[in-house]
Amino acid sequence: MLDYSIQIAGENSLILYPPQQMSAEVNQWVLAACQQIEQALADVLLDVTPSYASILVSYNPLQTDHFSVKTRLKKALAEQNTEHQQIGKLVELPVYYSEESGPDLARLAKLHQLSIEQVIALHQAPLYRVYAIGFAPGFAYMGEVDERLATPRLESPRAKVPKGAVAIADRQTAVYPAESPGGWNLLGLCPLTFFDPSAEPSMPVAVGDQVRFKAIDKAEFLRLGGVV
Amino acid sequence: MSGFRIEQPGLLCTLQDQGRFGQSRLGLTTAGPADGHAFRWANALLGNTPGSCALEITLGGLQLSAGQDSHIAVCGAAVPLSINGQAKALWQGHAVKAGDRIELGMATSGVRAYLAVAGGFSVPTQFGSSATVLREGIGGLNGGKLTAGQLLPVAKAAATMASQQLFALPERFWPDYQAPLSLRLIEGYQCQDFSVVERQRFYQHSYQISPKSDRMGCRLQGPALQCQRSKMLSEGICYGAVQVPPDGQPIVLLSDRQTLGGYPKLGAVLSIDCWQLAQRPAGFELQFAAISIEQAHNLLHLQEQRFWQQHSQLEVPG
Repeated sequence: MLDYSIQIAGENSLILYPPQQMSAEVNQWVLAACQQIEQALADVLLDVTPSYASILVSYNPLQTDHFSVKTRLKKALAEQNTEHQQIGKLVELPVYYSEESGPDLARLAKLHQLSIEQVIALHQAPLYRVYAIGFAPGFAYMGEVDERLATPRLESPRAKVPKGAVAIADRQTAVYPAESPGGWNLLGLCPLTFFDPSAEPSMPVAVGDQVRFKAIDKAEFLRLGGVV
Repeated sequence: MSGFRIEQPGLLCTLQDQGRFGQSRLGLTTAGPADGHAFRWANALLGNTPGSCALEITLGGLQLSAGQDSHIAVCGAAVPLSINGQAKALWQGHAVKAGDRIELGMATSGVRAYLAVAGGFSVPTQFGSSATVLREGIGGLNGGKLTAGQLLPVAKAAATMASQQLFALPERFWPDYQAPLSLRLIEGYQCQDFSVVERQRFYQHSYQISPKSDRMGCRLQGPALQCQRSKMLSEGICYGAVQVPPDGQPIVLLSDRQTLGGYPKLGAVLSIDCWQLAQRPAGFELQFAAISIEQAHNLLHLQEQRFWQQHSQLEVPG
């Protein structure tokens, strides 16, 4: 059982904070706690939003109040079975790494005194965990990126980041599910679709999943439906 | 043709219902009406189920033609409404006949108007809601803003609704979208990471609505606020949350807010005040005032009571 605190977020939301760190242990606790909360408070919940190390619990304030929800949350979490460890699925994501598809590759190599090949190898090496999905549909926050690659966000975000862009920010990595503005550093392109509202499931990864990036060449990228 | 046809969509017109709940873990925002108060009345005046799908019209300029007999009501921003060229009142149900032309002029007060139809517009739901989110490309018709020539189907129940009584909300209950606005804020989230001095600055000065505001958030311009905390993990954002990015200019996050964000937040504005905010134009000046969570809950219950009191005083138009 991890220590956690419950804070007020707004008129209809409380936020639970376990220790504020990016770790599989904390994130696993978040997932298990979400399940428990959804079962125990189903009658008053509007939404439950998990992230790295927090759970935003939104309820209907005309049905109940923050005090009652807080009491029920504490009770539900005291009964939580922490023995049960869910293992997510393993997902392999193909990436076309190149200066053509990853406009920040050369800059990162120079910044970290590595070769472009080393940057690509270091990005592929870890088995990443999906810590959270949010910001936009299908945007999966994954970690942790090798310390030697950790790079802050751009000073000034790009107006347009292409769909499928594989990017890093600090020690996080992600794939942009759709063209959007963005300030992360771009290393390559993934040809897969990350959010398809008509598909079931609508996205290839879920929180708790393990992800490995695998380099593919341009021909394979185009064959898989990618567009440069 | 049954349903309604868009002749002119105006600047921005979308289909909205009560919003999309329970999908934030996929990254899907809630959406729904920017002004939940006017939206609620538009449906209530026709006897619709609360949350029925209606049109949200930004700044006016909409023209529709009716393909069937039905009832409509327009609430919210003061847009001149006419049916076949005849001026009609807002905040009131009106009968329309197949072939009628419905026109909304440009808003003279307020920003968003809601047009509801008896029985509600009937479009397929995605992830449990018909609410349109342009950024996500879901909801409404093809996830986009409405365009000329599109047909808006009406729920079958509408035919039986057409025999029902029409109601009007007495003018004394109409909101004044030009009234001064003080946004009541429930302190929370990272509020304690802002020093007492910074919080005083926030409450004692006025902020101006920036023209860069939209359904995602209302950007404000005023004295910059500094947060002592520089790094945090992205976390869930509730409706009305006030986030402060590094430039120190607060943003009130509204219906189409991103689900997760990593900027510090002072707390969240009361929903009923967010609805008023969504009716104020760029350049409008406002203040903030702190309230406790207990006060917030009381105010929401009071607002609910007031709605039903007003509902009991609806008039039958002459």
